[in-house]
Amino acid sequence: MRTSRRAVLGLALAGAFAAGLGLPAARANRIATKARIVIIGAGAGGATLANRLMQRLDGAQITLVDPRREHLYQPGLSLVAAGLKPAGYVVSDTAGWLPPGVTLIAAAAAAIDPVAKTVATEDGQRLEYDFLVLAPGLVLDYDAIGGFSPDLVGKDGIGALYAGPDHAARTWAAAAKFADEGGIGLFTRPATEMKCAGAPLKHAFLIEDIASRGGAQGRYEMHYACPQQVLFSVPIVSEKVRMLFGERRILPHYGHTLSAIEPGRKTATFTASGTDAAGQVTQSTVEMPYDYIHIIPPQRAPGVIRQSGLSWADKWTDQGWVECDQKTLRHLRYPEIFALGDVAGVPKGKTAASVKWQAPVVEDHLVAAIEGREGTEVYDGYTSCPLITRVGRAMLVEFDYHNNLVPSFPGVIAPLEELWISWLMKEVALKATYNAMLRGRA
Amino acid sequence: MKELTFPTLIAVLEEMFGRGLFRTMAALAVLITVLYLYVLIRDRAVSWRKFLRAQLSMPFGAVAAVLFVQRMTHSGFGDIGGPIDVIVLLGVAALGAAGTAILVYTLQSLIRRPGA
Repeated sequence: MRTSRRAVLGLALAGAFAAGLGLPAARANRIATKARIVIIGAGAGGATLANRLMQRLDGAQITLVDPRREHLYQPGLSLVAAGLKPAGYVVSDTAGWLPPGVTLIAAAAAAIDPVAKTVATEDGQRLEYDFLVLAPGLVLDYDAIGGFSPDLVGKDGIGALYAGPDHAARTWAAAAKFADEGGIGLFTRPATEMKCAGAPLKHAFLIEDIASRGGAQGRYEMHYACPQQVLFSVPIVSEKVRMLFGERRILPHYGHTLSAIEPGRKTATFTASGTDAAGQVTQSTVEMPYDYIHIIPPQRAPGVIRQSGLSWADKWTDQGWVECDQKTLRHLRYPEIFALGDVAGVPKGKTAASVKWQAPVVEDHLVAAIEGREGTEVYDGYTSCPLITRVGRAMLVEFDYHNNLVPSFPGVIAPLEELWISWLMKEVALKATYNAMLRGRA
Repeated sequence: MKELTFPTLIAVLEEMFGRGLFRTMAALAVLITVLYLYVLIRDRAVSWRKFLRAQLSMPFGAVAAVLFVQRMTHSGFGDIGGPIDVIVLLGVAALGAAGTAILVYTLQSLIRRPGA
């Protein structure tokens, strides 16, 4: 009696393990190949793709080229810059995310020859490839803002959370002073395409929320200056943000592009564009004072991409994003080259969530090319932004190329409601999902 | 989110609490569950007196669970923004209540012999 009961319990436990914890079902047979695949960049895109390709291919030579030792969990920078996480929260070791069997060259790519199919690295190596994946991320053009340098972050009321973990922590030091003492808060964004267009909004919302609960209560004003005529590229989201800005007394200044700051005078200079009574576009220079300013510089493709003739010739000419098919991310002139992540010249999708959707598409078309067939996966612009509106609340905004909302949990998690569950996802579940993605498991 | 599998869920929970704390909590939960099953099998009956006491502990467990989650996530009751948030909150409370009830029942059974 006793034994049989134990046996039954044991069987039940074994069943639970088999159902839940057991190994994932064996993947489709790995494809034997000698293909040489070079991936420029070992960030979110490069690491994810390397792991996925190693699961699909047997014998491929995969080489990643990236000078940076640290991997940055960039979605966490907003939390660091609001004092909710320490700088170390976003930092890990690049090599730790890569699968065994790939080669990591710790140097920057210096030149790409898409005709000879070679990549030259800054330490003098020359890599031949059969397939090339461009995933180098983007560069932050701080020189475009007169009077500013990243060394200033944290002092004299200057914040710039995109510059990295330490800068995000110093941004919080400056923002915390504003939230405590009050004054004029000035939040900006660039005219170019940018990583996570929700981040400038999140920072404004978070600092306003913290100030409203802190020492500055009733003694601060909030301004949000953007070069665009809208607050977000997706119209329905932009309208919602406009309403929230109204409720929270965050004053928007449309058509304002930050051109310079004077840290001594605590004054920012903007190029303001508008239209006059005759409908003519007018440009003027506007100065705005601040006690705290958040700066996000213009963002562009790395020089090596732009100098190698891989960028669009007629779009984003000042930014240089890779000329690629927006559904397959394949280069339009060199079919053995793919773009992945921030550098891709597609209308949306400079977020980690986009990488999660893009990587399987690049993987599919690349593996199909090795097999001599056409891939079938399509990327439709999916981007997700847990748009934090308060410490404790966010809107889980997900959308595609067509400005349609594409909620993952329709009818359960409303995309345009400020919800606690969306905050929980951002604060606790997102990094784990991201880590699983890097390992090619999500 | 594209897919939510069991390993992903484990990874998420490890991230939430830190690997050490999560594994310790999971091990405690398994241990208490096993002990609970043990006393049920040993006594071959549910003691309704112990069960009543266990029920009395449930509200405390519910409140403690909610406060714990809020503390871990920098949030509070003011952040409840819609029906799904109320459901999540009640879910956390229910888990806390059930967990505490099982814990209290098991402790009573282990401390006092059956029929006591």
